[in-house]
Amino acid sequence: MSKIIIENLSRRRFLQGSAGLTLGFCLPVMAAGAAGKSGVVAASTASFEPNAFLRIGADNSVTVMAKHLEMGQGTYTGLATILADELDADWAHVRVEGAPADAKRYNNTFWGPAQGTGGSTAMANSWDQMRKAGASGRAMLVSAAAKRWNVGAAEIVVRDGIVSHAGSGRKASFGELALDAANETVPTEVKLKDPKDFRLIGKQAKRKDSAAKTNGTAQFTQDVFLPGMLVAVVAHPPQFGATVKSFDATRAKAIKGVVDVVQIPQGVAVLATDTWSAKKGRDALSVSWEDSKAFKLGSDEILAKYKDMAKQPGLVAKQTGDTAKTFAGAAKVVSASFDFPYLAHAAMEPMNCVVQLKADGCDVWNGEQFQTVDQGRVAVLFGLKPEQVKLNMLYAGGSFGRRACTHSDYVMEAAHIVKAINGKAPVKLVWLREDDMRGGYYRPMFHHALEAALDGSGKLVGWHHRLVGQSIITGSPFEAMLVKDGIDHVSVEGASNLPYAIPNLLVDLHTPTDIGVPVLWWRSVGSSHTAYSTEVFLDQVAAAMGKDPVALRLELLTEHPKHAGVLKLAAEKANWGTPLKAAAGERRGRGVAVHESFNSFVAQVAEVTVKKDGSIKVDRVVCAVDCGTAINPDNIRSQVEGAVGFALSAAMSGEITLKAGRVEQGNFDTYPLLRIGDMPKVEVHIVPSTAAPTGIGEPGVPPLAPSVANAIAAATGKFLHKMPFNTAELVA
Amino acid sequence: MIKLTINGKAHQLDVAPDTPLLWALRDTLQMTGTKYGCGQALCGACTVHVDGTPVRACTTPVSAVVGRKIRTIEAVDTERVGKVVQEAWRKLDVVQCGYCQSGQIMSAVALLSQNRKPTDADIDNAMSGNLCRCATYVRVRAAIHEAAKALA
Repeated sequence: MSKIIIENLSRRRFLQGSAGLTLGFCLPVMAAGAAGKSGVVAASTASFEPNAFLRIGADNSVTVMAKHLEMGQGTYTGLATILADELDADWAHVRVEGAPADAKRYNNTFWGPAQGTGGSTAMANSWDQMRKAGASGRAMLVSAAAKRWNVGAAEIVVRDGIVSHAGSGRKASFGELALDAANETVPTEVKLKDPKDFRLIGKQAKRKDSAAKTNGTAQFTQDVFLPGMLVAVVAHPPQFGATVKSFDATRAKAIKGVVDVVQIPQGVAVLATDTWSAKKGRDALSVSWEDSKAFKLGSDEILAKYKDMAKQPGLVAKQTGDTAKTFAGAAKVVSASFDFPYLAHAAMEPMNCVVQLKADGCDVWNGEQFQTVDQGRVAVLFGLKPEQVKLNMLYAGGSFGRRACTHSDYVMEAAHIVKAINGKAPVKLVWLREDDMRGGYYRPMFHHALEAALDGSGKLVGWHHRLVGQSIITGSPFEAMLVKDGIDHVSVEGASNLPYAIPNLLVDLHTPTDIGVPVLWWRSVGSSHTAYSTEVFLDQVAAAMGKDPVALRLELLTEHPKHAGVLKLAAEKANWGTPLKAAAGERRGRGVAVHESFNSFVAQVAEVTVKKDGSIKVDRVVCAVDCGTAINPDNIRSQVEGAVGFALSAAMSGEITLKAGRVEQGNFDTYPLLRIGDMPKVEVHIVPSTAAPTGIGEPGVPPLAPSVANAIAAATGKFLHKMPFNTAELVA
Repeated sequence: MIKLTINGKAHQLDVAPDTPLLWALRDTLQMTGTKYGCGQALCGACTVHVDGTPVRACTTPVSAVVGRKIRTIEAVDTERVGKVVQEAWRKLDVVQCGYCQSGQIMSAVALLSQNRKPTDADIDNAMSGNLCRCATYVRVRAAIHEAAKALA
């Protein structure tokens, strides 16, 4: 057993008749796993709260405070699993509440003083913290029982929420001991379990949000109703950077239900008693826009500019050996360039936010991914202290990075509307699908140019990778942490840490600063494009070398055993090297890709059928994952299955384009997402591990598109250099 | 006043006749299980049953469903197929973000009410109007097969 010193565990409180006090606000507090429509925490008469993450009620309820957003990735269940295992709680009694915004208690330990969810860090940064929280609660329950029964603490056993002493035959539930436990001293040291003693971790702990999400009671921001609340729908400028010149609200105000029309920095907001009236009001507005400072280029012009920039050397992100000399003396040079479009996150719940100004502060309701940043900005707008801005955590109907906006865009839009009406009513800002799709903060467009040098013996000796694309991090609160010497780390992640043993490597970057399209992290961030260019290009190099793609990778991965481990596992499970049968007129192929992101390693082997007309069908994807300790294997499988579908959408059809600065897409007809008929079979194999857990929300995304493209190349001989795929190139 | 019968209960709503059923359910009756996703019948998040048939509530004006039986996710477990589907969804932990799942379940219940033994192709066809950005489709398919087994 390992001994861990507990730090900063000072918050021991005993709350009698006031369980709700912990949260300090009244509605709608969400309790995942709690029955019933309200979702409001049942007020138990007493509770034991040994630390900021755990509350045990006299009714035996074990409530885990989740400091991270549940946006589908299974975080609530994962955090509860870790804590409940060390506590030896009965899983059926465990429920989860979203923690309030309080960076002192609930910061992301990987992000210094900031509270937020992202970078697939939820489990990784909470692993020790939640284990200690559970173990200290357990120790206090044991200590209370030892005193009550006058027996040695070492003789006491805890299992499934029951504390028992075999010698005396006595036992008590957590609830029965809660009062006494609250009077115990918080231990300064706790013993954590040996992994072989885990009873929930690594097993299948069922999701805590399945019940509420299958009966319509799960509470999303869209579902918040407050007394007197108005719904706001906003007329946004048609181009990024345009502003309101003037507007006429006469027709809008004549619509029944419309209460007010106000100008805000983001556009013109129509406030109504309900969403439909607000939408009709917005559509009836007449706005003229000031576009002198608007961004007016189209995607084609941006791409031409990027290709031009790629002709010149960029800032060096990574350099080993001497690439200039290597390429000058190469026996053979292979080259290719790749283009990636802007991508919208397109979460099923369009962005929205509820804001209410009160005499002593402000309440915000949101599927909140970026607490400290949003809280700070709202506080500044209203002249409040950050702690006067209360964030009420709700489920998010997807995010994929969008709700962690570096500039708090939609949260501030809601706050500005409330400010414009002097706080006279709480406001729910509702973005319609088109507002969401055209709202910017896209995965940036990128252009990549790659070259590989083979020496006289056919060995891969040089690799040059040049990238051109906007920086996500510059101008964000993470700039000091992630931008060094002009290189935005997330622009080159996945490229600058290429795992392959190539003696001469150069990665350089151009970061255009005059493109006025707001960009943001999109599930897997830089790896969403770097995995594609590196892994497809490597297959192109393998073809030039006459080598098998798996064999070549294994030769080059000698110093990266985790990459090699997942690669071998995926290849083996997919029967790599065995022939695939194709029906008459069809071509089939198998392709592989391996990529590390967020400290996890994923390899995928895709099997693809290409029809005569060039259309493709991904039949099966075999995935191997190494993400350290598998807290919940079923959730890992679920995340990787979903990542395959999410990434396949981007490969097959994802593309936001601009014409004269206007976004051409608006809804799912022009920005199609993967539908069930195109979803492949997915197999997920998890590498057993006792290492600390690493990310799983994002790492399944990067290898998918390159594995599919490599399968298409295996079937047709054609490497695709543009996402989304242009299947016209594949016509037989 | 518009008279609607929702989940077996009569309601009188003071809304314009062109108001989509989605917003009448959500904003007027605060029955929030039915979700807004696109407003154009492209995503299926708002799927409800009208006389047993799956319908996109976001493009269905309330005037079109007067006198017809409307059923929403809130009452899905009041009859057997709905309950079985809900249980299959929970058993397989289909959900991720959950926002589209009310619509997925309503479409699945409509399918299984008419076809007790759907093939993968039947499922893909019946569920093609329901988008899931988390791409829970592998489990949607599996849960429908699971429910079909339980109903057999």
